[in-house]
Amino acid sequence: MSEAFLKIENLTKNFGQFTALRDISLEVFEGEFVCFLGPSGCGKTTLLRAIAGLDIQSQGSIAQAGADISVLPPSERDFGIVFQSYALFPNLTVEKNVAYGLESRRSRRNEVSRRVEELLMLVDLSDQTKKYPAQLSGGQQQRVALARALATAPGLLLLDEPLSALDAKVRAHLRMEIKGLQRRLAVTTIMVTHDQEEALTMADRIVVMNHGVIEQIGTPEEIYASPASEFVAEFIGTMNFISARTASAGQCACEGVPLDVDTENMSEGRPVRLAIRPEDVELHLGDESGSNNETLGVVESLEYLGAFVRVTLNLELWKTRLQADVSTGEAHRLSLEPGASVSVTLPAEKIRLYSLDS
Amino acid sequence: MTAKGVAISTTGPMLRRKSSSDDRAMRLFVLVIGVYLIVALAFPLYAMLSKSTLDSKGGFVGLENYLAYFNTPSLVYSIQNSLFIGFVTTSITVTIAFVLAYALTRSRMPGKAVFKTVAMIPILVPSLLPGIALIYLFGRQGLINELLFGHDIYGPIGIVIAEVFFTLPHALIIIITALSIADARLYEAATALRAGSARIFFTVTLPGVRYGLISAAFVVFTLSVTDFGAPKVIGGDFNVLATDIYKQVIGQQNFEMGAVVSVVLLIPAGLAFVVDRIVQKKQIALLSARAVPLEPSPDKKFDNLMLVYSIVVSIFIVGILGVCQFAALVKFYPYNLSLGLSNYQFDLMDGGGWASYFNSIEMASYTAVFGTILVFSGAYLVEKGQGLGPIRGTFQLLAMLPMAIPGLVLGLAYIFFFNSPSNPLNFLYHTMAILVISTITHFYTVSHLTATTALKQMDAQFESVAASLKQPFYRTFLRVTVPVCTPAILDISIYLFVNAMTTVSAVVFLYSPHTTLASVAVLNMDDAGDIAPAAAMGMMIFYTAAGVKILHYLLSRGVESRTQAWRVSVAK
Ligand SMILES: Nc1ncnc2c1ncn2[C@@H]1O[C@H](COP(=O)(O)OP(=O)(O)OP(=O)(O)O)[C@@H](O)[C@H]1O
Ligand SMILES: [Mg+2]
Repeated sequence: MSEAFLKIENLTKNFGQFTALRDISLEVFEGEFVCFLGPSGCGKTTLLRAIAGLDIQSQGSIAQAGADISVLPPSERDFGIVFQSYALFPNLTVEKNVAYGLESRRSRRNEVSRRVEELLMLVDLSDQTKKYPAQLSGGQQQRVALARALATAPGLLLLDEPLSALDAKVRAHLRMEIKGLQRRLAVTTIMVTHDQEEALTMADRIVVMNHGVIEQIGTPEEIYASPASEFVAEFIGTMNFISARTASAGQCACEGVPLDVDTENMSEGRPVRLAIRPEDVELHLGDESGSNNETLGVVESLEYLGAFVRVTLNLELWKTRLQADVSTGEAHRLSLEPGASVSVTLPAEKIRLYSLDS
Repeated sequence: MTAKGVAISTTGPMLRRKSSSDDRAMRLFVLVIGVYLIVALAFPLYAMLSKSTLDSKGGFVGLENYLAYFNTPSLVYSIQNSLFIGFVTTSITVTIAFVLAYALTRSRMPGKAVFKTVAMIPILVPSLLPGIALIYLFGRQGLINELLFGHDIYGPIGIVIAEVFFTLPHALIIIITALSIADARLYEAATALRAGSARIFFTVTLPGVRYGLISAAFVVFTLSVTDFGAPKVIGGDFNVLATDIYKQVIGQQNFEMGAVVSVVLLIPAGLAFVVDRIVQKKQIALLSARAVPLEPSPDKKFDNLMLVYSIVVSIFIVGILGVCQFAALVKFYPYNLSLGLSNYQFDLMDGGGWASYFNSIEMASYTAVFGTILVFSGAYLVEKGQGLGPIRGTFQLLAMLPMAIPGLVLGLAYIFFFNSPSNPLNFLYHTMAILVISTITHFYTVSHLTATTALKQMDAQFESVAASLKQPFYRTFLRVTVPVCTPAILDISIYLFVNAMTTVSAVVFLYSPHTTLASVAVLNMDDAGDIAPAAAMGMMIFYTAAGVKILHYLLSRGVESRTQAWRVSVAK
């Protein structure tokens, strides 16, 4: 790929003794939609504010479009920003809010109003121009803030939890809208969120953060299918974990019982956690293969989630409890009900292994 | 991805943000206002402190003046007197104010708005005025002096009554605030536990307002110990610290001793200030934890009791004012009781005549305009400025300090500082400007706190958004901050105007023959025995201050209705 549009290197941020960000390095490419995802307090906002120059990093460098912007004040950087509170100017109408960054740039008045019109059309608010922010719904306010941030056609759009103040339905709708807008304008965008669904549906790439460090960077598929750490595995989607110890190559021992799994050249006897997604657990009738990874499970409970059923199983052999997702039809065919027994296979290639001692 | 733990420690120097032109401009403005506070406050105070260690020829004598002071029994006696006035006034005022505040917040008596408005009247008159009314009521030829059973109104009794009148609104505001943050759920819980109303009062109500009561007590104490108007008019031979300063300076031209007494007066005022600051912080902590507001339930007997009480307090206040009005209109008390406006012919008396009144209006207007601009801009800059570091702390301290400095002390400090021939600012001495500067400075703290509170309620991200849109800070300040804060800005300007009209202490050492003021005219006419014209001038101040208050009310209403489209009344 070409040179990165935004390049962050070895960025650290301290608040007194406390290290909010530790040695962050990251590249964002032109036109990309990147999400910072992580639990509350992991440093997402801090990183975003460093990129904006609102709260400068303690160490490390940031380059945008080939220029070093590490220590520039916000007014000398090129970005538009939407805050969680939207920060709309309450005493200015929708159109004045959107025009705020356009006026006084020696642009002519009718040019400004044409641009404002165009932006409000873009966010679908053409009929609300004369209203004040307090007279709009949360979702509408959010779109005004977006239009205002986009008005000056910034090279970088920064969004700090732009949807978190909205209710679920509006949120789902705006997700698609923001994503569509971003794609159309091809504006490089960074969005902060702690909502994994938001990140998975909107982002081209996700930066998963925890305790001030980056745990993993990848596309939604990569993050979901191959979580790089136990934290990511647990944070994204649902995951079953089984404690075990590495045995001879290609095998782990779980409660002393062998289990086939790719041990990635790990030495013997290391404590590990095995992870498998519920949809990767296979259920079938009868003991068929006698493979290491197959055992008998007793159904504890069933949870109907529309198109599929989440089954909680108790596995006597590995002394563990496990969740498995099967289609409703499959559940019927296997006549799953609490107390019923069923064969359970954990396919070796679907099991991920996380070393415990790093 | 196991590289998580191997953070490269790049412990180089901390990065610092390059300053933008906004940052530089804001720092410059903060510096300008900071320099104002240093020149108008810190330097004069320093000049006063050093003056107290000099002899009359300017030679350094160390603490000799203080020794002389403490060896002069008549002077030391004033300390005791001042403290006595302070303690007695505080206990009476806080009690009266607490019951009135209780009536206003916890009863369902009718006419609450009227009672509250009446209770605020004393703010609109100089503290000299209640003294004048007391002379008409209880003086040697007073209307009802037999009620004193032979006691003399000139002295502690008069001073205390006048101080109670003068300090009541200040205590009332604080206690009302404290009472209105009570949590209804505590009362429900107490009632559910079958606690009797007396028990609820002592276990829930009183502890809930304790910080308010402490705060009110300290404010009243400071006001009554440092006030100069009441003891001047009605004190007789009962000397207090504030009148001592005045006498040393005006009567005996002993500036060094005036400085010493000022330093002594700073001690109780300063102590009260520190305690009040600590208590205020706790009160704020209570405030943020507020929950369900309390709705008083009707109780016929209690409501009637409270109504009678409120009427009595109102009669006291309106009575004092009414007597002054009576004094102003009566042609020649007690010999000719016919009414007329002859006492308003100020040009026939000493004290500067009508010119004083117009000077006061002019001075109050300048104070309101320049003071509001200065205070609000200052609060904005320290609140929003980037990278100010220690400047911010110093500025906040300087902004809080005036509250601890009695007006007389500030005025005296100004003489020492601005009248010094070596001071390049010497040209300000005896001008209108120095009166405006001293008044703004004297009333800086409350204005600053009002501005800061309003600014803190604004979204902290406005400035960030404006910077990202590459708009200079002053544009956002003028287009967003100022309009959104208009109510607070109006409050500040009215506060400054009214106080500039009524203050005596901050200006009494600083006026010149061309810049006599109405409040000082009241003092001087009273001094010359022209008590009726003094009352008339005092009433002129009252009409003006009340008129401005009414104007403020209408203006606020206008602003409110014009901006209600965007003012956040929206339930989110
Ligand atoms: N100004 C500050 N001073 C001290 N600590 C701070 C400051 N700002 C943030 N922190 C700390 O830095 C850490 C990261 O904060 P940050 O706001 O970046 O979290 P976040 O990931 O955005 O969380 P959230 O999802 O709750 O918004 C937190 O532990 C926070 O307490
Ligand atoms: Mg955040």
